[in-house]
Amino acid sequence: MKLKTTLLATGATMVAAAAFAQDNMADSMTVVSWGGAYQNSQVKAYIEPYVANNPGLNVITDESSAEAVTKLRAMSEAGNITWDLVDVTAADGLRLCDEGLAMEINPDEMLAAAPDGTPASEDFGDTLIGDCFIPQIVFSTTFGYRTDLVSEAPTSVCDVFDTEKFPGKRSLEKRPIGNMEWALICDGVAIEDVYDTLETPEGVAQALAKLETIKDDTIWWSAGAETPQLLADGEVVMGSTYNGRLFSAIVEQDQPIGMLWDWQMFDLDGWIIPAGLPEDRLARVMDFVEFATDTQRLADQAAYISYGPARASSAPLVGQHAELGVDMKPHMPTDPANSVNTFVFNFEWWASYRDDLDAQFQAWLLQ
Amino acid sequence: MSDASLDAPVLSADGKPLKQSLNQALRKQKIRALILIAPLLVFVMVSFVAPIGSMLMRSVQNTAGVDYIPDLMPNVVASIKDWDPRSGETPPEEVYRGMAIDLAAAFENRSHTQLGRRFNYESPGFSSLFRSAGRPVSRWDLENDGPFKEKFLDLNDDWGNIEYWASIKANSGYYTTSYFLAAFDAERTSEGIRFKDPDQRIYQKLMLRTLGLSLLITFCTLALGYPVAWLLADLPVRTSNLLLILVLLPFWTSLLVRTSAWKILLQDQGVINNFWVWLGFAERLPLINNQTGVIIAMTHILLPFMILPLYSVMKTIPPSYLRAAKSLGASNWTAFWRVYFPQTTAGIGAGALLVFILAVGYFITPELVGGADGTFISNRIYFQFAVSGNWGLAAALGTLMLVVILVLYYIYDKLVGVDNVKLG
Repeated sequence: MKLKTTLLATGATMVAAAAFAQDNMADSMTVVSWGGAYQNSQVKAYIEPYVANNPGLNVITDESSAEAVTKLRAMSEAGNITWDLVDVTAADGLRLCDEGLAMEINPDEMLAAAPDGTPASEDFGDTLIGDCFIPQIVFSTTFGYRTDLVSEAPTSVCDVFDTEKFPGKRSLEKRPIGNMEWALICDGVAIEDVYDTLETPEGVAQALAKLETIKDDTIWWSAGAETPQLLADGEVVMGSTYNGRLFSAIVEQDQPIGMLWDWQMFDLDGWIIPAGLPEDRLARVMDFVEFATDTQRLADQAAYISYGPARASSAPLVGQHAELGVDMKPHMPTDPANSVNTFVFNFEWWASYRDDLDAQFQAWLLQ
Repeated sequence: MSDASLDAPVLSADGKPLKQSLNQALRKQKIRALILIAPLLVFVMVSFVAPIGSMLMRSVQNTAGVDYIPDLMPNVVASIKDWDPRSGETPPEEVYRGMAIDLAAAFENRSHTQLGRRFNYESPGFSSLFRSAGRPVSRWDLENDGPFKEKFLDLNDDWGNIEYWASIKANSGYYTTSYFLAAFDAERTSEGIRFKDPDQRIYQKLMLRTLGLSLLITFCTLALGYPVAWLLADLPVRTSNLLLILVLLPFWTSLLVRTSAWKILLQDQGVINNFWVWLGFAERLPLINNQTGVIIAMTHILLPFMILPLYSVMKTIPPSYLRAAKSLGASNWTAFWRVYFPQTTAGIGAGALLVFILAVGYFITPELVGGADGTFISNRIYFQFAVSGNWGLAAALGTLMLVVILVLYYIYDKLVGVDNVKLG
């Protein structure tokens, strides 16, 4: 009897607490992301189910993630933060955190535990970068090649540097990140020594000298959509881009493109909450984030786009593509068959050396 | 009687002296004119002059985030004054102590990482140095835990790097020249200011390339646009209006669409190259992702800005002048060169100025078709502003660009005379 009363009382308190929390939440929320298929997958997997649970909530979507750092800085200087939740890459997340523009988080307090009770901090593991970043997906920058324009399928990332075996143009991103690491790996530097090597002027020279061997055969891209287009037009025989872009070119558009997963560069994408939100908006966004980053929701997103969920517990739940019925697992960068040789960006290292290496890289491009 | 009437001031109808009443009327007129233009003036000041001015100021302000460096690091700035980097020794304990106090305070506001980013522009490595130091330093007992020099060196050997401390010392004021130095491809070392190695220079090359290509594009638009404008001016109105629409039609099409269309035409497997190979040539022409692509695409895009001023000036030249010259015995060439051409220089001046200044600031077209060797300085300004987040350097490059344009405009004014420029 006593137990029952306690339970009832607890239940009543919880309902009251929930209602109270609901009252204090803003009824509108602005979510910023990258647009395209990626943002669509977030709308389908997170936002639509959340709005179904919270009728009356107005979610405004924005597609400004590419300029998130600059825009948040301007908003903060103007003292008027209009965004509630922003999807950024881990590097940008770290930078926003550095600049005090993103709110610091406590994963175990704010995020849901895995269904088996593993705390969020353990479930997310290494994907928690810095103090503000709430990881969502693992994506990778990797290579695609035209299956009909090569004599045999390339198997190693070093085939990109082999213009005799694979003649024709290749496309690489117009920035040092990724390219410098690949160049050093293919020049015989051991994977664990890559960043130590890049810290020295000789190491930078070595990486640039390796890139020099294919400079005349390279088209430099700055938007992720360029490589799939160049591959489709037959302008290049192979090129780097985000794996999700290649997935849609191969599976959704049926292009003669193959994946080269060797030494794919893992990168992360996730949420940050802008610092200094008013209480009601913060309450709303915390409630949404807890829902949108739980194990099931992250697995659901993988039904719309081939990016791996950041939680370990979501991986077994990844199923089929929502519209095409293709099994998504073999297309995930985290699939064991694809992740034989993988590389994780050293975000902290790049945060320090990015400006300097970028200047050197651009100077090299101009020569 | 007559003398007295000459001396007395001339009065207006209401009895006031005429001069005074004239001044009053003029003042009223001026105020009325000012009120009429006031909305525009306020709009221009608020939306144009003020933001650009504040942006340009960033090129010299020494800030991390919104705060100035001396406000964020008062103790370091005060104590590092007496230290000489050329002494070859690390700064005295006093400076390390100041750094501990300032870093602990900065960590409270999480601005230690902003300081790291600011100094990282000077020497790579600062960012991680400051980020990793914030938390441990905040746990130190600032009263009793000295000496701090050893404690810093325990955290990271780089705290003993003299070059790092020299960077901090060189940038400890409210204002800094380091962004302008970077924009000139120069850097400050412990031996003073020097240019970077030639193969490390970016902005000098980009500035020259931007100006050179813009000049070339201006000449191309002139060479292509002049005959077209002449034809338009010479034809009967009904036909010329029709042709003018053909000039204006691409003008109304989105810049992005026109650039993308050039991409499709010019690429290796594109329309032009396929036709070229069909003609029997073996080699495909490299027409895109290089300077050739930028010149072709930008010449096309900027052509209307040359044709329209030329057309409007040529329209005012009576055709009888040319006929008169010929009837007086001039050859076709002499009649054109000595009679017609001099009258069109005002249009050439206007068109050239318009095209050149637009070309120098071009961004999307070089980005999309320029590849590695066809990018302009505006692409780097955008990069520094939006991607790298180094607003100080972006502002310095922008200021430099503005100065170069003003200087060129001044030279142009001296040579051609801006008064002679006619837009119609």
